[in-house]
Amino acid sequence: MKRDLLLFAGFSLLVMMAPQFFRGSYLMNVLVFVGINTMLAIALNLLLGYAGQISLGHAGFFGLGAYVSGIMTTTFSVNPWVAMPVAAIVVGGLAFLIGFPILKLKGHYLAMATLGLGIIFYITFNETYEWTGGPSGLSEIPNLQVGGIIFNSDVKNFYLIWGVTLAVMLFALNLANSRVGRALRAVHDSEIAAQVLGVNARLLKVQIFALSAIICSLAGSLYAHTMTFISPTSFGFNFSIELLTMVVIGGLGSIYGSFLGAALLTLLPEILRGANDYDIVIYGGLLVVMVMYMPGGLVRGISALYRKFVKQKPETGHA
Amino acid sequence: MQFDQILQYTLSGLSTGAIYALIGIGFSIIYNATGIINFAQGEFVMLGGLFTLSCLEFLKLPLWAAIPCAIAASTLVGILFERLAIRPLKQPTPINLVIITIGGSILIRGIAMLVWGKDTHSVPPFSGDTPIAIGGATILPQHLWIFAITLIIIFLNKVYFYHTISGKAMRACSYNRRAAGLVGIDVRRMVLFSFIISSAMGAVAGIIIAPLTMTAYDVGVMLGLKGFCAAIIGGMSSGLSTVIGGLILGVLESLGAGLISSGYKDAIAFIILLLILFIRPQGLFGKSNSERV
Repeated sequence: MKRDLLLFAGFSLLVMMAPQFFRGSYLMNVLVFVGINTMLAIALNLLLGYAGQISLGHAGFFGLGAYVSGIMTTTFSVNPWVAMPVAAIVVGGLAFLIGFPILKLKGHYLAMATLGLGIIFYITFNETYEWTGGPSGLSEIPNLQVGGIIFNSDVKNFYLIWGVTLAVMLFALNLANSRVGRALRAVHDSEIAAQVLGVNARLLKVQIFALSAIICSLAGSLYAHTMTFISPTSFGFNFSIELLTMVVIGGLGSIYGSFLGAALLTLLPEILRGANDYDIVIYGGLLVVMVMYMPGGLVRGISALYRKFVKQKPETGHA
Repeated sequence: MQFDQILQYTLSGLSTGAIYALIGIGFSIIYNATGIINFAQGEFVMLGGLFTLSCLEFLKLPLWAAIPCAIAASTLVGILFERLAIRPLKQPTPINLVIITIGGSILIRGIAMLVWGKDTHSVPPFSGDTPIAIGGATILPQHLWIFAITLIIIFLNKVYFYHTISGKAMRACSYNRRAAGLVGIDVRRMVLFSFIISSAMGAVAGIIIAPLTMTAYDVGVMLGLKGFCAAIIGGMSSGLSTVIGGLILGVLESLGAGLISSGYKDAIAFIILLLILFIRPQGLFGKSNSERV
């Protein structure tokens, strides 16, 4: 446990020092996106990696959080600090209610149902234009503000987003090592066995689904308030797939893996800027290759390779 | 609301419904033989249309030759997909299969985008585009082609599954893969067969609808999902109930788009999908109360 905390402290320190090394608003902006995507990937990982329940509709919860926050602060001039928790409660409540029927489904059926849900959200964002502005989006969403500090520059946004992201990470790490985390893994391995041991599998799955949606909503609200503009294209089916790719690449059930996956998939299109059209091919290829050759994800795959090639050498020497 | 209008919506709904039915049967065949929901099913629909286009424009083939070529090419992609992505999978858990078929579908779509570009392409209709009047409504000759070809395929499907050895073997796999293996059926070959049949069927669906709706590298996503919806309504059967499921979906969608709002057209299919999965996961006509796992 102490080692885990130390690791987290080290990671936080590195993150907080990042603005010293990376300068320029473009880079800061990219890192802000890495933070938001890390939150989303962790949210999906709690559901997919720990509880073993797939969701292909998480972009919908992300979008819903962004839109509830955005509409409340623009149309109704509510303070953003009030709008964010309201959005989280709305999205969490909705996910809790949908969770009961939807999580009765398993495997492929769950994937299709959540996918349908995500697309219904997406269509709703597009069609309720009197509220959301439709395809042209919602603009002039106010920035967050603490006392006299307005979070309107890239560096300030970096600290805001990463402050929250680190808090979400710490929370997820603790949750994973708690009684709940163990119960989730039990449900993942065998729902029946978990139930025999006294885990209320059905309720637990719904709760983790709602929690995951709440984290997405929080990320969505923060996205809306830092970008000040949102449009449905950011919350479509493709983004749900992108989130799935992040989680799979980083490794199912690995919180730092989610960060790695999010960072890779956010940076990759920026690096491949010239090859803009190729990124979709690369995502698909990465998914296939990862599932086939490194089903544990990068974090576990790399440490397994390390063990295989570095640590086994002395052993082979003895033999 | 005029009767003519409703007739018009119903007729055009039936023809898109026939397409959904073909795609849905493709889903069911693979699902029954392997237990996999092939998320890449829609991509074969897209490939069918676009390969036809290439055969017509680059190889300068006449339409009657271009169609079999396009079906063969799409089927080849289906075989490669099964061989390179599905068969080598070390841990074929449902989640890994979902992820790998999604990955495969994105890969196929991405490559299609690089080959054919992002533009929407039009494919010429099979026999002109003079509208035919039926009652107060009109349909195009292409609609008739769709109905006819769908009927032929459903018939061939029936013959294959009930009157040939390999079709019967595949049905055995769908009842119990282990038992099928024990009586000497090569289950892995049946898996490959199921991918061949359903990719060919997807390609046919793509070819016959392309003249009506145009085609592009990304048409497969929505068509695939709607086809899956048809299969769910039909209870994942590879027979008549999926066809009825497709037709119901097509008509409801067309009436909904015409009478309520065209913007929500795509949402209708997914609301039906969710309702069926929540309330009757065994399909609209299914009797057995087995859990879909």
